[in-house]
Amino acid sequence: MPYNVKEVVANKPSRFTSGHRMCAGCGAPPAARMIMRALKPEDHAVVAVATGCMEVSTFMYPYTSWTDSFIHTAFECAGATLSGAEAAYKSMKKQGKINNTTKFIAFGGDGGTYDIGLQSLSGAMERGHDMVYVCYDNGAYMNTGIQRSSATPHFADTTTSPAGTVIPGKMQQRKDLTTIMAGHHLPYVAQTVGYMNFKDLYEKAEKAIYTEGPCFLNVLAPCPRGWGYPTDMLMQINKLAVETCYWPLYEVVDGKYKINYKPAKKLPIEEFLKPQKRFKHMFKPGNEWMIEEFQKEVDRRWQELLDLEEMTNKEHFE
Amino acid sequence: MSIRERLSGNEAAATAMRQINPDVVAAFPITPSTEIPQYFSTFVANGAVDTEFVAVESEHSAMSACIGAEAAGGRAMTATSANGLSFMWEMIYIASSLRLPIVLSLVNRAVSGPLNIHNDHSDAMGVRDAGWIMLFSENNQEAYDNLLMAHRIAENEKVMLPLMVCQDGFITSHSVENILLEEDEKVKEFVGEYHPKHYLLNQDEPIAVGPLDVQSYLFEHKAQQAEAMKNAKQVILDVAKDFEKMTGRKYGLFEEYKLDDAEVAIVCMNSTAGTTKAVVDELREQGKKVGLLKLRVFRPFPVDEVAEALGHLKAIAVLDKADSLNAAGGALFEDVTSAMYVNKKQVPAINYVYGIGGRDTRADEIEKVYNDLFEIVKTGDVKNPYRYLGLRKEAED
Repeated sequence: MPYNVKEVVANKPSRFTSGHRMCAGCGAPPAARMIMRALKPEDHAVVAVATGCMEVSTFMYPYTSWTDSFIHTAFECAGATLSGAEAAYKSMKKQGKINNTTKFIAFGGDGGTYDIGLQSLSGAMERGHDMVYVCYDNGAYMNTGIQRSSATPHFADTTTSPAGTVIPGKMQQRKDLTTIMAGHHLPYVAQTVGYMNFKDLYEKAEKAIYTEGPCFLNVLAPCPRGWGYPTDMLMQINKLAVETCYWPLYEVVDGKYKINYKPAKKLPIEEFLKPQKRFKHMFKPGNEWMIEEFQKEVDRRWQELLDLEEMTNKEHFE
Repeated sequence: MSIRERLSGNEAAATAMRQINPDVVAAFPITPSTEIPQYFSTFVANGAVDTEFVAVESEHSAMSACIGAEAAGGRAMTATSANGLSFMWEMIYIASSLRLPIVLSLVNRAVSGPLNIHNDHSDAMGVRDAGWIMLFSENNQEAYDNLLMAHRIAENEKVMLPLMVCQDGFITSHSVENILLEEDEKVKEFVGEYHPKHYLLNQDEPIAVGPLDVQSYLFEHKAQQAEAMKNAKQVILDVAKDFEKMTGRKYGLFEEYKLDDAEVAIVCMNSTAGTTKAVVDELREQGKKVGLLKLRVFRPFPVDEVAEALGHLKAIAVLDKADSLNAAGGALFEDVTSAMYVNKKQVPAINYVYGIGGRDTRADEIEKVYNDLFEIVKTGDVKNPYRYLGLRKEAED
């Protein structure tokens, strides 16, 4: 059945309820809500969330926004925590101690995934647990007050990579976690964002949840506080991230790359950078080189992705 | 009928785990506990257990996975030593605060640095305030027996706390000694099945575990943990009574060895108690009234019972296999002396830090401790209560 956002929302009640304390204009809650909607209504889920904005805002004792079972332990170990729950499920199911169908979904921010939780994630994926790890990537440690992470884009102004008079923001380029996860040779890896009525996000979530084995989703989740855009501009920022090829929508299925959306006319990166205060200094006279360099890296990575798609879809790759 | 066997401490622990047949074991290799997951994965590979063995990429993930598994509704076990436990430290606190009765086999080893793979108790002492029940074992038999009793204690609804069974690295873990094993079926019946009240995999009652718990509730939750730890003492004794019915082997909060009529005594834990018993026997033959209190239950600390058992002595020495580096004495010494103080038992007490990094503690050194105690009794002068035993160049006095 072709995707229809209205039908999905009407037929599948939200399993991530309102009343949470996430900021207006944050990209994470709509993404989490749509990912949870991709579950079959009859299936139970165990959700593990790494310490971060999403955890502290959705489960403050004694209130929770999650209608499924939920566990939070610490910052760096959502992958390992959920792998233990999945192992218990496998063991107890085999012994006939439980008989329901449970799906396992982890959420972590870029801090808890690209950085401090990378080992735990890598281990859980390598061991082949039947689970989905979702990174909601807002490109910095937003929960502690906008400190740079390895996902923070080049030149971004954060509280630990401030744009100063000598050093103009973060001097390193961002880590490419999606291809690192593809390097684990998982059955399903995808990069997505809430765009075009969440079609891409929803469909990828459904595939990830219902593909057996370890799957990974990297979801861009803009942060109005850290990025410095007006809260009503969330969906526009998502769109610009895709249309500039800053955040390409693609998936890697059993090693084959597939770019799900190729803009007919790639927008210049300024369009994405301009509405965000974290890149403000890049638009000062004399700093044109920063935008040029940024554009060059976006182009290089986009081309790399096109090459990967071509290479992995050649016949001998079968 | 118990089965006569010869096993190392690690083999005994792995055998107990096989008989317990937990739902999940998540573990990472570290000397000297490596053999436990090694033996256990053989049981898994040969279908001797129903367990999912999760070969994690670190001890941090081992404890995280145990937490996930136990919260999901399963029984989860692990084993580690020294730096492995240090790396788990964050999760050790989380396991107890989430009230998950995980059982850990701790093969005691010196925490780095510098690197040392041999026995002392610095790993266990590093988590003494973490809210885990901590049982110490003199030998392979006690390591085995303590593990068989572990789940009955930890999973008691008045307790619901994680539990670690300690044994001395190499000294116990790698020494093959005689042991009495119980039959598989009897162990299965004794340990029983685990039916948690609330668990993640229960679709009929989804739960949320591990909240952000701010000023309004954390204090109450910590107070509940403290209450559970107090409750554990009686449960440990009750389970020991049942265990005695099955095996004939008797366990309490501690073992009193020729303590009743003793004038001076040593307090220690784990394998050193074996050496001390030999010294006690020898000195008794010489007519010296010496005794031993071997602590089994370190957490909860049996404050009143310890004070009662030691109150009649003329002098005591507490042996700590880890220094607190507080310039005052080891953790066991602090606990024993504070127990006596609050119970108004005024007995001269000295502390010996000993056996650090696997330094062998010989019978003549234990004998020296008893002689030092008699000297204190004679002169009434404790001099320096914080001493070292067996240092290349004695730094005491």
